[in-house]
Amino acid sequence: MTSSGRWSSLFLELIRRTACDLPSDVERALKRLRRREPAESHSRWVLDTLLANVRLAREGQRPLCQDTGAPHFYLTLPPGLDERPLVEAAQRAVAAATRAGFLRRNTISTLTGREVADNRGEGLPDFHIERHSTSTIEIWLLLKGGGSENVSRQYALPEPSLGAQRDWGGVRACVLDALVRAQGMGCPPAILGVCVGGDRASGYLQARRQLLRPLDEPSPVPLLARFEREWLRDAERLGIGPMGFGGRGAVMGLKIGWLDRLPASFFVSIAYMCWACRRRGFQARRDGSGVRWQ
Amino acid sequence: MTVRLQYPFTLDQIRSLRIGDRVEVTGRIVTGRDRLHRHLAESDTVPISLRDGAIYHCGPVVVRRGREWAVLAAGPTTSMREEPYMAEVMAKYGLRVIIGKGGMGRATAEACRRLGGVYLEAVGGAAQVLARAVRRVLGVHFLKAFGTAEAMWVIEVEGFPALVTMDTHGDNLHDAIEDRSRQALQMLLKESRVL
Repeated sequence: MTSSGRWSSLFLELIRRTACDLPSDVERALKRLRRREPAESHSRWVLDTLLANVRLAREGQRPLCQDTGAPHFYLTLPPGLDERPLVEAAQRAVAAATRAGFLRRNTISTLTGREVADNRGEGLPDFHIERHSTSTIEIWLLLKGGGSENVSRQYALPEPSLGAQRDWGGVRACVLDALVRAQGMGCPPAILGVCVGGDRASGYLQARRQLLRPLDEPSPVPLLARFEREWLRDAERLGIGPMGFGGRGAVMGLKIGWLDRLPASFFVSIAYMCWACRRRGFQARRDGSGVRWQ
Repeated sequence: MTVRLQYPFTLDQIRSLRIGDRVEVTGRIVTGRDRLHRHLAESDTVPISLRDGAIYHCGPVVVRRGREWAVLAAGPTTSMREEPYMAEVMAKYGLRVIIGKGGMGRATAEACRRLGGVYLEAVGGAAQVLARAVRRVLGVHFLKAFGTAEAMWVIEVEGFPALVTMDTHGDNLHDAIEDRSRQALQMLLKESRVL
């Protein structure tokens, strides 16, 4: 197989694994939540259903959710490597995955209102390319559904309606407010990716990037790691619960990142991810060999 | 306890439901989301009768297998986007059952009370569990015009699991939960144990 053919198959495999299975840390988090919810409660019913759904999707190799999401590809490449063949291979794989039913026809032409047959549109799939100094290629895919993207938010502090000032207490107020505003609409139990600082664009991208972090990996910044832990407990007290039917488990993960900011700006960007946090990645050599799945 | 609901849905059957009841829906239902709701609100005709029927806020993954359609994934989409149209669509076409996720607004709650309808929620994202409740595709309308996700799929379901979150008595399961969460937020904002 040519290197380009190998990369197309690899990307197709990446899409299949991402769309049809849940990362093991997310599945474990759902199981932990389930154990805590009372028998006969709506929250227990929801979590039982979600876990059954994960098993069915995995066994049948079918999409976890019918909203197969926006494909966000994160490519980390060796210096000097032309990214275009990889981007093209990923786009071909998106088209093939659509034909195979791993992805829904999920792209609408904004100008005509028509469906894009193979999910290759303007800005979709979405690519983020970074460089590192080693010779391996690392690729991650995040499939993020529209319902959860709709309830994602951005705040510019101060926010008087919340009494939120330009400090960590203000950030905490935004995180909790975003959950209250979302209620059950973003398909909780959610994972929140947060970015403090940056501008409107970089802040949201950084917030969404936090969703790639495993749930059991705390922030390397001790202060942020503490907030990730404490605010998760605060969020339980909101009582929103899975699907907004009540209960403790409306959030299973909080990942806080940051960017520096201008004196005039203090943005808090919150990327809300539904329970079906579909992320998967792998490392490979330039020719697509030596694949190590993450 | 789970209540079985069979299409066509009778007013008596619907009135007996209360928020918090678990139900299983069986029979013919149609899917529809943003574009179909707008179309139904602006039009006066519909390709098949929706009277005493159910509409499911869902954009399924459907593929063609020879002459048949296969539903590969069929979970609910966020219902709130249909809030501007729902009450009118219910009144105009005689729908009794709305199925979706995330909750709906006051106008739909009022329409449920006034017209004798219920809003049911399926578990969001449970596309495989729910696709298994789809027995077959009976037909499809507006496929070309609206696309796969927005088309009106006519499907037959059996034992489709859902929760009643708005009933004919004017109750909405989400109201109390949302109120409590807002109060809890106010309490949490007053706690100044940060740093």
